[in-house]
Amino acid sequence: MDTLTESPLVPRTDTLLDVRDLHVEFRTRDGIAKAVNGVSYAVARGETLAVLGESGSGKSVTVQAVMGILDSPPGFVTRGEILFRGENLLTMPADQRRKVRGAKMAMIFQDALSALNPVLTVGYQLGEMFVVHRGMSRRDARAMAVELMDRVRIPAARQRVGDYPHQFSGGMRQRIMIAMAMALEPDLIIADEPTTALDVTVQAQVMDLLAELRQEMGMGLILITHDLGVVADVADRIAVMYAGRIVETAPVHDIYRAPAHPYTKGLLESIPRLDRKGKELYAIRGLPPSLTDVPPGCAFNPRCPMARERCRTEVPPLYRVTAERGSACHYWEECVGDD
Amino acid sequence: MTTDRRGAREPILQVKGLVKHFPLTRGVLFRKQVGAVRAVDGVDFDLYPGETLGVVGESGCGKSTVARVLMNLEPPTSGRVLYKGEDITRLSGPALKAVRRNIQMVFQDPYTSLNPRMTVGDIVGEPFDIHPEVAPRGDRRRRVRELLDVVGLNPEYVNRYPHQFSGGQRQRIGIARGLALNPEIIICDEPVSALDVSVQAQVVNLMERLQREFGLAYVFIAHDLSIVRHICDRVAVMYLGRIVETGGDAQIYEHPTHPYTQALLSAVPVPDPDARGGRDRILLTGDVPSPAAVPSGCRFRTRCWKAEPRCEERMPELAVPRAFRDSGTPAEHPSACHFAQERVRVLPGEEPVN
Ligand SMILES: Nc1ncnc2c1ncn2[C@@H]1O[C@H](COP(=O)(O)OP(=O)(O)OP(=O)(O)O)[C@@H](O)[C@H]1O
Ligand SMILES: Nc1ncnc2c1ncn2[C@@H]1O[C@H](COP(=O)(O)OP(=O)(O)O)[C@@H](O)[C@H]1O
Ligand code: SF4
Ligand code: SF4
Ligand SMILES: [Mg+2]
Ligand SMILES: [Mg+2]
Repeated sequence: MDTLTESPLVPRTDTLLDVRDLHVEFRTRDGIAKAVNGVSYAVARGETLAVLGESGSGKSVTVQAVMGILDSPPGFVTRGEILFRGENLLTMPADQRRKVRGAKMAMIFQDALSALNPVLTVGYQLGEMFVVHRGMSRRDARAMAVELMDRVRIPAARQRVGDYPHQFSGGMRQRIMIAMAMALEPDLIIADEPTTALDVTVQAQVMDLLAELRQEMGMGLILITHDLGVVADVADRIAVMYAGRIVETAPVHDIYRAPAHPYTKGLLESIPRLDRKGKELYAIRGLPPSLTDVPPGCAFNPRCPMARERCRTEVPPLYRVTAERGSACHYWEECVGDD
Repeated sequence: MTTDRRGAREPILQVKGLVKHFPLTRGVLFRKQVGAVRAVDGVDFDLYPGETLGVVGESGCGKSTVARVLMNLEPPTSGRVLYKGEDITRLSGPALKAVRRNIQMVFQDPYTSLNPRMTVGDIVGEPFDIHPEVAPRGDRRRRVRELLDVVGLNPEYVNRYPHQFSGGQRQRIGIARGLALNPEIIICDEPVSALDVSVQAQVVNLMERLQREFGLAYVFIAHDLSIVRHICDRVAVMYLGRIVETGGDAQIYEHPTHPYTQALLSAVPVPDPDARGGRDRILLTGDVPSPAAVPSGCRFRTRCWKAEPRCEERMPELAVPRAFRDSGTPAEHPSACHFAQERVRVLPGEEPVN
């Protein structure tokens, strides 16, 4: 059968980021934790890729490797390539890599309060971007900071530019993080659970703002989340991670209509719905594996209702389901078919 | 069904005019009260035996404070909490102890709510130290193992420590402990919020099964509106220390009449990409005001798109709005808004009616 070991995407001309067969491990006292085991995904200009998965599945570690902020040691990239506009970030000279990562890609974190410096004003931190990367004067940089704060709809930006992070609400702090990420008009934004800590009403404001700015500037967006509602709302493509691997990747409509992996299918069935009362929830049995002790064969096999002998010995490659869709299940045809 | 339950029995818990204010003080030597955080500011509800009442609302609206007062962990500023007709906020000594046995709590955070230095057996069995009458000394070990089994944990794990368990398993430990004294009521403060989707479903199913088996009544506090719809018979929506709308699950989710409930529901992303753009969303602007500076009149007016001068002058009471009284429709439920209205759904490409 056809597999997609290289990159799970149809070749495209406007690919921004292309992660290929990435492996990351943490060498700890308790042993080697294989946090990322051969992840491949790609994002094009103007595209939103959602990375979905339970906590510990390797979503953050993958993007930390991309951004060059992996906690190392104990973390090491042991194999793979991270191509940005065709150039491998992992082998690029350090100063060149720093430039790409500073100006061309930016990251938004879940916890804005700890990502911002508590003892510097918000205006100073926003302005710093322009001072460092654009050589602007402090004065001009401050004016830019006000403009950015306006843009992400912080009320009374001119008065508040001198305030410290803790003086803003959670939603405002997240908008300031967005402003900071957008400041240098990067090509790619990586948002790691940007709204997980926020209320739904604030989440809606932040996601709307992100979508609007992304569209305006034509950037690529990697959105890490575990919220299947948010994914359905904004993503073009999805990559579902389990135990450090991508188990399914597909255009968003395909995956919700007919998942091609039992794990994705289980996830979709286990969420309660707002629009109907529903009966007993479907629950995937058991727990995700420990990364120091991943089951042989398909990592999902102890929890999979479709598992059989072959699954316990043979690691499923990412099979090609359609031209732009892949599933790491030996029996994906059965999975797609039985609806 | 909710109606049968309510018609057939007396409420097991009645909350009347509950207020909890925290004083705001200034000065180190001479502490002077300069105001108050009005965390809970007049809450009323009834809980019937065997039912689940959901309490939803944004962060800081007072949900956990209500829970702590119900558990008698903090005294209310005013108001009453009646357990089978008796005001538990005025009880002390053995009378309070007897009531406490019947009202237990499960907390949000499975990582910090369990003592890391106690074994699972000690954690689950600890309530028996305070209430030895429930399980005589010699019988405890057996009871603890039974409880672990009930919540789906291997009874062999009694000697393990909390850090050896996953989040979902820790939440089960918390539930086992909550069940130890055979309570009638369990107050659950965000019991599944910290869990992953697949594990969340396991814990929700467990809670539903235990409710059926033991006839438990739950007060289920959460900010995830979908989970609340799934598990609750009735729902109370809180905003800035007060309940703004309450009713049965279909009344609230399909026929909300309060603008805040409507906005809250419309903000929830639906896990269906085909519905994208088809929903007619109300984007609230601004943030929730501080509970130390509650707006006059209707406290939602600073974010409400329907606000009129009257909203600033008069506080709307939580009652069935006149327009829906005796209408026999699902809109006939309490809603604290002067201009309560069902929302006309606008489909894309259509002009709004009226
Ligand atoms: N001990 C206290 N002293 C002062 N203010 C308090 C105290 N406890 C709670 N508050 C305030 O009361 C309000 C309600 O808090 P509460 O914890 O009940 O909110 P909540 O609805 O449970 O929010 P969340 O969804 O974030 O858990 C908040 O503004 C909070 O800061
Ligand atoms: N600095 C670190 N040291 C050791 N292990 C780590 C470190 N950072 C992450 N890990 C491990 O890598 C795995 C994947 O983590 P992560 O990518 O953060 O998951 P998530 O999918 O929730 O973002 C987890 O098992 C985590 O414990
Ligand atoms: S390969 Fe086997 S165990 Fe893995 S998901 Fe497919 S059927 Fe299940
Ligand atoms: S009373 Fe007025 S401000 Fe309050 S919710 Fe109703 S319309 Fe809005
Ligand atoms: Mg993460
Ligand atoms: Mg709380």
